[in-house]
Order: sequence, then structure tokens, then C-alpha cells
Amino acid sequence: MDENGRSIPAESDEEHGATTLTRRGLLTGAALAAGAAISARAAKAVGAQAAPDPTKVPGARPQVVGSRSPHETPEKLISGSIGGVTRTPHHELHGILTPADLHFERHHHGIPQIDPASYRLLIHGMVDRPMLFTLDELKRFPQVSRLHFLECSGNGGAAYRVDPPTDISPQAMDGLLSTSEWSGVSLATLFEEVGAHPDATWFLAEGSDAAVMSRSIPMEKAWDDAMIAYGQNGEAIRPEQGYPARLLLPGWEGNASVKWVRRLELSDRPFMFRDETSRYTDPLPDGRARIFSFVMDAKSIITHPTYPTRLEDPGFVEISGYAWTGRGVIERVDVSIDGGATWEAAELQEPVLPKCTTRFRHAWEWDGEPAHLMSRAVDETGYVQPTAAQVRDVRGPGTRYHYNSIRGWRIAADGTIGFAAS
Amino acid sequence: MKPGEESRRRRTGAGLIDGLAALAIAPILGGLGCAPATDGAAAAPPSPPTQAGERAPSAESAPDGRMYGFGTAATAADIAAFDIDIGPDGAGLPPGQGSVEEGLAIYEAKCIACHGATGSEGPWDRLAPRLPADEFPFAEDPSARSTVGNYWPYATTLFDYTRRAMPFEFPGSLTDDEVYALVAAMLYMNDLVPADAIMDSAAVTNIVMPARDRFVEDDRAGGPEVR
Ligand code: HEC
Repeated sequence: MDENGRSIPAESDEEHGATTLTRRGLLTGAALAAGAAISARAAKAVGAQAAPDPTKVPGARPQVVGSRSPHETPEKLISGSIGGVTRTPHHELHGILTPADLHFERHHHGIPQIDPASYRLLIHGMVDRPMLFTLDELKRFPQVSRLHFLECSGNGGAAYRVDPPTDISPQAMDGLLSTSEWSGVSLATLFEEVGAHPDATWFLAEGSDAAVMSRSIPMEKAWDDAMIAYGQNGEAIRPEQGYPARLLLPGWEGNASVKWVRRLELSDRPFMFRDETSRYTDPLPDGRARIFSFVMDAKSIITHPTYPTRLEDPGFVEISGYAWTGRGVIERVDVSIDGGATWEAAELQEPVLPKCTTRFRHAWEWDGEPAHLMSRAVDETGYVQPTAAQVRDVRGPGTRYHYNSIRGWRIAADGTIGFAAS
Repeated sequence: MKPGEESRRRRTGAGLIDGLAALAIAPILGGLGCAPATDGAAAAPPSPPTQAGERAPSAESAPDGRMYGFGTAATAADIAAFDIDIGPDGAGLPPGQGSVEEGLAIYEAKCIACHGATGSEGPWDRLAPRLPADEFPFAEDPSARSTVGNYWPYATTLFDYTRRAMPFEFPGSLTDDEVYALVAAMLYMNDLVPADAIMDSAAVTNIVMPARDRFVEDDRAGGPEVR
């Protein structure tokens, strides 16, 4: 499937939405197989542990590492990419944090295995003192910890299609989004330590995966809020997220936050790597293409109620989801139940943090009639999440990346739910 | 405040940065459309050593102006071992050369299975052919496929990427001469060089790709306008 979700057999770029994302893929493929495995697993565990009255038998002993209840089996959705794509199960999560083992993945060449003892970060180029840092040395610098979303800029490509599928879940549609608390050393600290030249304007960030992933990043981002992160949700970063250390660029497209980072080279011009020219650029209708379009604009998605959930009976439904923006904080989220004809402000759950997902909630009484749910984020700059038609107007139907248009869900009288673009 | 100024201030002990000073970075960021962190604490450079307590280095531990003194100096050999990037100005291109003919032979042996006989059959990325140079229909026509010939702004990128990442199962296995030859072959498949072309550092640097001037700065900047 191509960047716009069309089925083209000879195509590799899976981050925009793959053929495995529709009902057939979901149900006959991964989900069914996984479902069978899960129920077997759950049955075994429950059979072994469940007592008719848990107050009448001693409970299980504690373990050195905890595990989920055997009744809870959230899973990432894997696309069969040669590089690696997995999507976060939004519909099974609460609040804003993504458990580290459910964080989305988009690798270009697999997950490298790196020995932390031999890890080095090299910083060189336009600096007074080219330096090598071990992982332990990185950890000796003053630490920063902040909550930020990461989103692949190809996330949600299927929603941008003129004829999007209806039988698609928020995980399949927008699963290349996750939120973590990231801990590490501020890049400004490291760049001061090596004596960054004042006339350095860009730096190269290079990973030690088999893609040797490389991006050019403006120095301003280093002086603003970039970090070299080695911690995620309290523990060491997982191998899939860049163990032992990654670049983290809050609010910017995920690809630029280079994982497994091994080298930073300061320069006075960008490097024009493949993943900032051939990929991760945005064609425009006037025959030009945006380059270095790093910032993720405001976006929101409803995570409940959505396909494949079915509303059983009329009555109370909490409409809930995430909103986020790479430009600061979410100011407001509007929810519509009539396809955008009227909007009401949703409740924003604290904390509302910059460059982080914000959970929104909206109390709704479903009367059993067909409804058309939508959510619309507004950020602190006054940017209002656009409709797909608005984006197509300015960027054309074939543009790639930054698919942040309003998502809709049609609820039928029988309670079944299907995706509906805006 | 200019980047670097803070380190000078710090090295000379001329005051500690605070949230307000950090906000002065905002105008520089404006051009790139990236908002500064909204709370001063997040935007401020790291805690000064006085707040880092016992981790504050002594003057001896960082005699050359370093704040903390952690890490070791990288030698020329350390840098050379990793320094593989090629700039759009040709910086970093190694000695060596390769012809279209040699490149097509290597392509047939090592690339054809994933990129197809003419570079367009897949199953993976399409490397060729190119559209007429005045065509760039990608925004308006979702079925238009971008390739090296009609989308890549620099041939130097082709050298850089092929050397670092291809062939997929054996990344980093090609010699510099092989990479030059493959670059020649891929440009030939896109009708950008003749069949007898030979690529070396000067030739790769001097190729003007059809899409060279297509790329423009990101003009999205938040606010009410959809761009
Ligand atoms: C096993 C399959 C495979 C083989 C063999 C292979 N490639 Fe690739 N190639 C890929 C994949 C997959 C990608 C996309 C990787 C990504 O998106 O990160 C790719 C991407 C590319 C690209 C970038 C295309 C673009 O539009 O951005 C070039 C250039 C390339 N390969 C050249 C080569 C050359 C030259 C060879 C032979 C030396 C080769 N490949 C062999 C699978 C392969």
C-alpha cells in the first residue's frame, strides 16, 4: 500500500497504512491468530490460578518482575514490513502514558542489539573538543525527565484517502503515536561540554542500526528542548525505542528522533540524507516539496467509542481520546456528534503538558439514533485541526506525511461503528 | 542570545541562565516554525554545577573550559571510524570510481531481486524511471511514483545512502568503487547520464538532479491558517 493507502503490490512504505489494516487483515490475520493464542494462554493461567472465592485461599507470591493480568492482553499490531512497523493499541489504554512494551515502532532496518558497555556517543564537527561519551558518562550529567508524545509523520495515511476504509480501528489508523516519560541529558548540556561553535547551524544525528539512520537537525532545537534519552517510563529505554540511548526531539516527526544514536556532527549546512529528501518531505500542488517539515501540527483522535466496538444499548457513553500538538499545549478539544454541524468543548484531563498527548473526555447520552462523532483539537497558537478536505485543498490528494485531519466515526442505529473521514 | 553565548557566559562565570533568558531563543526558532518549550525550566540549559551538588566538577577536572569534565577526547581515528556522511557539496566523497557498465553488473547480482530489472518492478522502492524534468505531479496525483530520477535533489545522497544501507541484507558491504559504479548505473537507469559514464567524486558532485530546486522551507507556523 502506498503513502495514500492505495494497494500497489510493489511498494514498501508501510507507515502510511498497510493492507493488513482492514477488517480482513485484522480479523483473519494477526488478531485471530493472536486471539486464539491469547485465550489458550489466558485459560491456562486462569485455570491454574482462579479460585471460586479468592478470600478462602492464600494468594500468589510476589515475583521479581510483575506481569499483566492473564485477562488483559493488549498487543501491538504488526505490519509485515521488512524494516519494522508496529502500532499502539489506543483502544486498550487509559490516561496518556503508553506502556513501554506497547510503544509503536517504525524501524528502517530492524532493531540492533547493542552492548551498553561498548556503547559510545561521538560528538564532533564544528566543536572545540570532539568527545566520546560512554553510557555511564551520559548518566553523570544533570538529568531531565519530561513527558512527550512521539508520532511517525506517516501516521494516519489511510484517513487521508478519498475513500478510506470504514472497518479500521484507531490502532490500525493512528497507532504510530505513543507517549512516554523520557529521561536523559539535555543536548544543550552536551553541546556546551564539547564547545559547540556559534556558527554551527545544523547537526547530523546518526543511529547504529543497519540503516545507519541519519537526519540533519537545526541547532536551534538543541538549544531549545532536545535531549539524549536513556530512560523511558522509569526504566532503561527498550531496544525497540533506541537502547541504550536515542535522540529525542519533542513535538517533531518521529523519524528525526534518531534511535540508537551513535554520532552527532555539527555543521553549517544540512546533509541532505535520503530520509530527509526522498522520504519525509511533503509534495505541494505547485510542484514544490516541503523539506525539513519537522513539527507535528495539532491533531486529535477519538479512542472510544470506535470500530470495532459496538454500543450495546442507548445510554451513557464517555467519548474519549487524545489530542496533541508539536507547537506547545492543547488549548481546547471540540467534540461533535452530528458530523461537525455543531461542536461542544470536551473536558481536558490534567495534566495538560506541552508537546504531549492530552486526554479529553466528553459525557454523552446515546439515544439509539445514528450519530457521527468527531473531535477537533485547537492548540495554543490558535491552529485548529483541519478537515481532510481543507488539507487536500492546500496540499493535494497525493501529498505525503502529516495526516492530521479530523477523524470521524459513524454510529449506526444497531450500535455498530465505522470510520468516516472529514 | 546566540547559541554558544551561553557557554561563553558560563565559562566566564557571567551569570546563570534563567527561564527569561531562555525565552530569548524564541526569535531564532521563529524562522523554523518550532515553538520554544512553554515552561522556562524545560527550555533552560542544564542546571548549573552549583545545583548539581557533588557532581560539580573541580577546576582541575575540566581545565579546558568544560563544565563537567566527563567523557574522553575523540581521536582522529575515533572520528574516521564513524564519519561516513557525504555532503551535498561532495564533502566526504572518497577516492575511487566506477562505470555504468560495472554498476549494471553489480546491480544485477545484488539489487535486482528487490528493485527489479529496470529499477521500477519492485518489490521494494522504485529507483527509476524518471518523469520529464518539468513534471512533479506527486501532490496532485496519488498514483505518481517518486524515484531517484524525479525526486532526489542530490546525487551525493545516492552515494551516501547506497554505501550506508544497501544491499538490504548486507548493509555497508560495498566497496567505494562499487558504490560509484552503482550510482552511475542508477543515474543511467534514470536517463541522467550516458551509457559510457564514469562516476567519481567530482562527477557525483557535479550532477544537477532534475528535482534540485523543488525543495522549499517549511512555511507552516501554527496559527489559524491551514498550510
Ligand atoms: C532484500 C531487498 C533489497 C536489496 C537486495 C536491495 N535493496 Fe535497496 N531497498 C530495499 C528496501 C526495503 C528499501 C527501503 C528501505 C527504507 O525505507 O528504509 C530500499 C531502498 C533503496 C534505495 C532508496 C530508494 C528511495 O526512493 O528512497 C536505494 C537507492 C536502494 N535501495 C538501492 C539499492 C541498491 C543499489 C542495491 C544493490 C546494491 C539494493 N538497493 C539492494 C531493499 C533492498
